[in-house]
Amino acid sequence: MADSRRKTLSLQGIGASPGIAIGRAYLLEHEDVGVIEERFVQPEEVGAEINRFKQAVKKAQENLRQIIDDVPEEYRDHVYILDSHMMLLKDRMIYDGTIEQIKQKHLNAAWALKIAVDQVKAIFRKMPDQYFRDRGSDIVHASKLILENLLGTGSRKISDIDKRVIIVAHDLSPAETTQMQLEKVKAFVTDLGSHTSHTGIMARSLEIPAVLGLTDATRLIQADDLVIVDGSAGTVIVNPNEETLTRYQERKELLEAYQAKVTRTSHLPAETTDGHRLTVAANIGLLEEVVSVMDHGGDGIGLYRTEFLYLNRPALPSEQDLFDNYRDLAEIMGARQVTIRTLDIGGDKFAASVPWGEEMNPALGLRAIRFCLQSPEIFMAQLRAILRAAYFGNIRIMFPMISQVEEIIQAKQMLREAAESLDKAGLPFKDDIEIGAMIEVPSAVFMADILAEEVDFFSIGTNDLIQYSMAIDRVNKHVSQLYQPLHPAVLRMIHRVVQAAKTAKIEVSLCGEMAGDLINVPVLLGLELDAISMNPISIPGVKNLVRTISFEESNRLVQAVLKQATTSGVLALIQEAYGTSLETASFFQASGE
Amino acid sequence: MKPTAHSKLSRSVTIPNELGLHAHAAAKVVLLAEQACSQVFIIKDGQEADATSILDMIGLYCPCGAEVTVRIADPADVKVLNRIVRLIEAGFGEL
Repeated sequence: MADSRRKTLSLQGIGASPGIAIGRAYLLEHEDVGVIEERFVQPEEVGAEINRFKQAVKKAQENLRQIIDDVPEEYRDHVYILDSHMMLLKDRMIYDGTIEQIKQKHLNAAWALKIAVDQVKAIFRKMPDQYFRDRGSDIVHASKLILENLLGTGSRKISDIDKRVIIVAHDLSPAETTQMQLEKVKAFVTDLGSHTSHTGIMARSLEIPAVLGLTDATRLIQADDLVIVDGSAGTVIVNPNEETLTRYQERKELLEAYQAKVTRTSHLPAETTDGHRLTVAANIGLLEEVVSVMDHGGDGIGLYRTEFLYLNRPALPSEQDLFDNYRDLAEIMGARQVTIRTLDIGGDKFAASVPWGEEMNPALGLRAIRFCLQSPEIFMAQLRAILRAAYFGNIRIMFPMISQVEEIIQAKQMLREAAESLDKAGLPFKDDIEIGAMIEVPSAVFMADILAEEVDFFSIGTNDLIQYSMAIDRVNKHVSQLYQPLHPAVLRMIHRVVQAAKTAKIEVSLCGEMAGDLINVPVLLGLELDAISMNPISIPGVKNLVRTISFEESNRLVQAVLKQATTSGVLALIQEAYGTSLETASFFQASGE
Repeated sequence: MKPTAHSKLSRSVTIPNELGLHAHAAAKVVLLAEQACSQVFIIKDGQEADATSILDMIGLYCPCGAEVTVRIADPADVKVLNRIVRLIEAGFGEL
């Protein structure tokens, strides 16, 4: 029941994992200053306070030792992070630093610790290197362990949660997520994090709704508050009134019933009433997500984001690491196609000693194919790994952020060199791998006919294409309402790329988030894309919808839609033609307007 | 620093590994420095860091190619000095 004394709040964050959850909030931590008691201790208490701190560090070390011992086999990769936390607990700058604060200024231990940690954090923030800077969060996590013991909240461990709750946290560390009994977690809500953060990826692969990046959720939500989490829309409603609660409960039930219904037929192909078949594939970022792809009937993997293997680790992955990962994926998918996208991050994400420096406009900077072509060693290792893995399955390769044809030519040249080196080394590999270009920069849209001569397929990345062509940063709250996948400009660009592909007789697919949103599906079908690729969980609904509509009719819709002046004009036409088919769907349609 | 006067107490070395003196590398230095009878320092650009503190050393910011000096306070610790220099030269085992 909603507590009428508490105000209803509606918070908007990043919907990192879809689905609806309703439950009580479980606040995982109190990182902000407000909850750390700040008081002075009497001179005669200083010794005792120092001892209390030393005991807390000792307990923290024991806790951490226990966590390390308890880490399940499948998360063993994370242990090295915890090992260094172990050493940090006793590091002079934190340990002696805190004791010094207690001694000199007569602060209580928690406050003294916070000051010592803040001083260290300040040093880290000034570092020019992203990897070094990121180590700042290790210190925060290590100090939190001590703080929990000081504040006596250490007993409230995540592993002790006894009822199903909604986890509300500032941020979730790998140590915390590995300890969590996930069957007790209804949803995740965090202040930090994004779609591609560890928590986001994990939540999606486990199909737990998650809204991240809320900035101050831990301040606004109190323990035991009734909370609605809508991971599709990125909304969190705190202390909802009866009416809202009922609405979401109904919506949740409908969604679950609908998911159950469409999942029963999701392994079947998506064939329209007039016999046209659309390939419906999955976008994934982690090998583990392949289970979800199978469960939801993905016809293949239209986009494997390969960044994760490069992040969250101190050194670059070896060619062998990459090969093992890609080969596993290909073998699990069997005959089904797997499209591997080469690295799509900027140089600033690398721990390497190369001083990439701060970018003014990272989205327009040295990233993706541009970065890879300038870092031949990093690129070569990935190309070789992909070619080798392709020997064991149906793999094709795709280059991101192509903005001019020279980039494709250069990348292909490097791919040839990779093949030659593998040939010389006598390693098995696939010689005639299919090569694709991602079309996500407006210049590539206009040059699609030229690019088509160089590749075997196109994949339109609408997330970036919309951002670049409409000049909208969709994470920016002030302009995100202008981010409209159904804007006629976007649809005309997709149309143009499809036409260029058809003329050149190459395959064309679309792998942006818009593909998983049902309202867009009739238009995408009518635009004559060969395949669309999306979040695995969206696949059953999309396949189900495709089966209820006619290809011919969707073609007619597209002819009319391309003449529209506005997004609302496009929406009106879709509503008119498919209103009833979309009605059920609208209950769980991804993302609110 | 007057290298001539203290040549036995300090040695300079270049960080050769890709990640530089990062947390895990620093942890290895700590294990050696803790065996010394007296203080051990890592010095970069005139700034001194305590070789028994990971955080202090990371705070120096020593990426690949950085020139550092290892200094001991007590001549009895020359073995520790040499071992730390060897550890750095070997890129902390990451080369």
